[in-house]
Amino acid sequence: MKISRVKPEPGMNIIIVGCGKIGQNLAEELGEQGNNITVVDISPQKVKEVSTRFDVMGVVGNGATHSVLEDAGIANADLLIAVTGSDELNLLCCIVAKKASNCHTIARVKQPEYSTETAYLQNELELAMVINPQYAAAAEIARVLRFPSAMKIDTFAGGRVELVKFRLPETSPLVGMSVREMATKLRCNVLICTVERDEQAFIAKGDLVFEGRDVISLIASPRGAAAFFDKIDYRTHSVSDVMIAGGGRTAHYLCEMLLKEGIAVKIIEKEKPVCDDLCARFPEATIIHSNASDQEILIEEGLKTAGAFVALTNMDEENILLSLFAKRVGKGKLVTKINRVDFSDVVTHLDLDSIIYPKNIASDQIVRYVRAMKNTIGSNVETLYNIIQGQVEASEFIVKEGSAIIGQPLSQLQFKDNVLIASILRGRKVIIPRGHDTIEAGDHVVIVSELMPLHDITDVLK
Amino acid sequence: MNYRMITYILGWILLFESAFLLIPSIAALVFMETAGYAFLMTIGICLLVSALLIFKKPKNTDLHSRDGFVIVSLSWIVLSLFGALPFVLSGVTTSYVDAFFETVSGFTTTGASIFTAVEALPKCILLWRSFTHWVGGMGVLVFIMAFLPLSGGRNMHIMKAESPGPSVSKLVPRVRTTALLLYTIYFALTLLQFILLLCGGMSIFDALNTSFATAGTGGFGIKNDSIGGYSPYLQIVIGIFMLLFSLNFNSYFLILKGKLKDAFNAEIRTFLLIVAGAVAAITWNIRHMFGSLGEALRHAFFAVSTIISTTGFATTDFDLWPQLSRTVLVLLMFIGACAGSTGGGIKISRIMIIFKTIFREIRTAIHPKQIKKISMDGKAIESDVVRSTVNFFACFVMIFAISWLAISFDNYDFTTNFTAVAATIGNIGPGLSAVGPTCNYAFFSNFSKLVLSFDMLAGRLELFPMLVLFSPATWKKY
Repeated sequence: MKISRVKPEPGMNIIIVGCGKIGQNLAEELGEQGNNITVVDISPQKVKEVSTRFDVMGVVGNGATHSVLEDAGIANADLLIAVTGSDELNLLCCIVAKKASNCHTIARVKQPEYSTETAYLQNELELAMVINPQYAAAAEIARVLRFPSAMKIDTFAGGRVELVKFRLPETSPLVGMSVREMATKLRCNVLICTVERDEQAFIAKGDLVFEGRDVISLIASPRGAAAFFDKIDYRTHSVSDVMIAGGGRTAHYLCEMLLKEGIAVKIIEKEKPVCDDLCARFPEATIIHSNASDQEILIEEGLKTAGAFVALTNMDEENILLSLFAKRVGKGKLVTKINRVDFSDVVTHLDLDSIIYPKNIASDQIVRYVRAMKNTIGSNVETLYNIIQGQVEASEFIVKEGSAIIGQPLSQLQFKDNVLIASILRGRKVIIPRGHDTIEAGDHVVIVSELMPLHDITDVLK
Repeated sequence: MNYRMITYILGWILLFESAFLLIPSIAALVFMETAGYAFLMTIGICLLVSALLIFKKPKNTDLHSRDGFVIVSLSWIVLSLFGALPFVLSGVTTSYVDAFFETVSGFTTTGASIFTAVEALPKCILLWRSFTHWVGGMGVLVFIMAFLPLSGGRNMHIMKAESPGPSVSKLVPRVRTTALLLYTIYFALTLLQFILLLCGGMSIFDALNTSFATAGTGGFGIKNDSIGGYSPYLQIVIGIFMLLFSLNFNSYFLILKGKLKDAFNAEIRTFLLIVAGAVAAITWNIRHMFGSLGEALRHAFFAVSTIISTTGFATTDFDLWPQLSRTVLVLLMFIGACAGSTGGGIKISRIMIIFKTIFREIRTAIHPKQIKKISMDGKAIESDVVRSTVNFFACFVMIFAISWLAISFDNYDFTTNFTAVAATIGNIGPGLSAVGPTCNYAFFSNFSKLVLSFDMLAGRLELFPMLVLFSPATWKKY
């Protein structure tokens, strides 16, 4: 139990079928955002566990049957999210739900056979969204490899603005500089949003002084970000070759994406049939049939010089060890996939560059969809990202005609504490705002704020 | 243990208690009674202590299972400790233990009193007694959850510990909305009874007190002869409402949603069957004691209703009835009301589960390899629930036996001691013999009163929260 800091808001009725990791994540996050959640699972233990841990109602049974969905209140549901381990069950749930009531449906589909037919599923089965955690993870990895200085990159306004997260090396010229000094010395068009240090997170104020190993999130246009990283001696070029340990589904998607961009891919996989299959599909890729935990093979295949090393085996522990080894022998960019989120705070301390949690990515995408769905009713948030899980978020608004915020220089507006106007997009122009800038109707505005439900841009004013 | 968070919530409890105390204060103003100063002083004390406790919000707001249990049991003890102050400050009793017993009896909706002549008490004191029943009936923490912005699922621990019955289910996804719904149903039913009583010619003050005491299935009377002096119409209305308040509140919600079939589940059907059987047996047994069969039926109905709902009102002294009737009533004390109601006792659904377990055991003797699930309303009951029900029963018997032994030091007769413990642990109020419907608990020693207070709290909170509070393991760090 917690004393909530978030004002209760009219919530949606959401049914979540499947109480696995994604289901639990969703129950927690969507519940905290004021929605009425009912979880459905076949296992009584899981339902009990989830319904005592979070403020949700539990129903035991097969979520693809009409009677169980009826019990879960499908008649009044706004949204059904099917995230069980089985694709077929998820799709069936959505079809039954769609027949029973006119709710939106989201299905998790992981097999490539189905997920390549996303468009068909969305049109014919009227699914609002098809989510494939592995595909989403691969896309995120690909984005990070394209810009290896970053730990994580999110985009706003169709890619015109990027939210880049990176760790400051101890040798960086920025260490010891304050945010204000940085702005005058470097003359870069970037805005530092947040700084994470020793498990604390701050919204960056002008007098904050950078320290080594700080994790910094900044907002800039892609070009602005590139210029900034150039000035502080950071690699900005996309990697040219990637070594992938483990040839599972994520590796499959990732390989496809990387090859398209002309990046050389080397996959190490211990199962012969999987190797054969990969080889048949991606003749350009180098497929090595070996155990990825064999250090000699890794060295032999050029781990020391590889531009990036991506650990995608099925074992979290193995992935962590492999990355630690790669960090010791090589200089490349590291990406580690971790399935279990339970020990994320411990893993963060290992300093493993980028860590990818496929389940978090999937639930984040769904949460974003739900927020957007809600916004069509009340507020006008366009995109929303968690910068720091559950603490700081960035949201994109479109400013409507007649808003109270229009036309006044930012320095004259009274903003709430812990709110940052991160960037203004006007037409094709990206403005990193200073005191004399104004907000006009039609602008896209990105706002970084500490946990508060923003429905409209004027909510940031005192 | 998150001590800071526990004291913080206790602070809120006291803040709510000072709000509760406003009601008798207003009554004192209306009736121009000096006892009102006692309430104002208590409000002052509660506000002061609560201000100290909730002055600073704790940083760490995590609560675990044991914190939930400790919060529930401590809240009820703290509520009673402070709620007892007006009795002492106004001078209606000189003993703080007596006042504590009376308040515990009020909040736990027992209705066992230490006052020999209630009609002599100031009206604001009477109203406070009845109001504690109303607050305690649905649960104090449920009330607080309905109005305090506590979020997160962890507070299910609290709701579980406070709501009667083997397993708790929510009506709607959110604890807060569930709590609000329950209180709305509770309030509406109380209001309905209040209006019906007014229609029967009861004065506003009497109707208010009686409605509060019936709603919580408490049973503090405001007349020396309890309900005996009221008209047959009023007695029947009260009798029916006592039964209504001892039904599972989830059923009212289902009725409102139009699911009549689900509302009349096995538990409620069994409950009504037991009531009908007991009324028939007692009517037949006492038919010679009253002028007409109708009158016998009325008294039998009222007695059964008051005991099985664990209220404790009386229309006549059923201690004078023949042995069969007295025994049936004592058995009903143990059975108690439905789960999820405001009543006490072991609860119908638990009794049903225990009987089904016994039948299953007999079948296992005949077919040793047979696998059989216990089910109710066509749904299998989880073995967890069966286990905790059987444990509850064993625990009930143990606490009963130990309390019975503890109060036997006072050297009263067998029936008195036995029914005193039964009537307090079951939250009924009157027992038989020296604690019968026309008598009270004033004569017990202070030690016995504390033992019985513990029984009332244990009975109201379903035993385990109180046991957790007094278990050394709770207070260890590891």
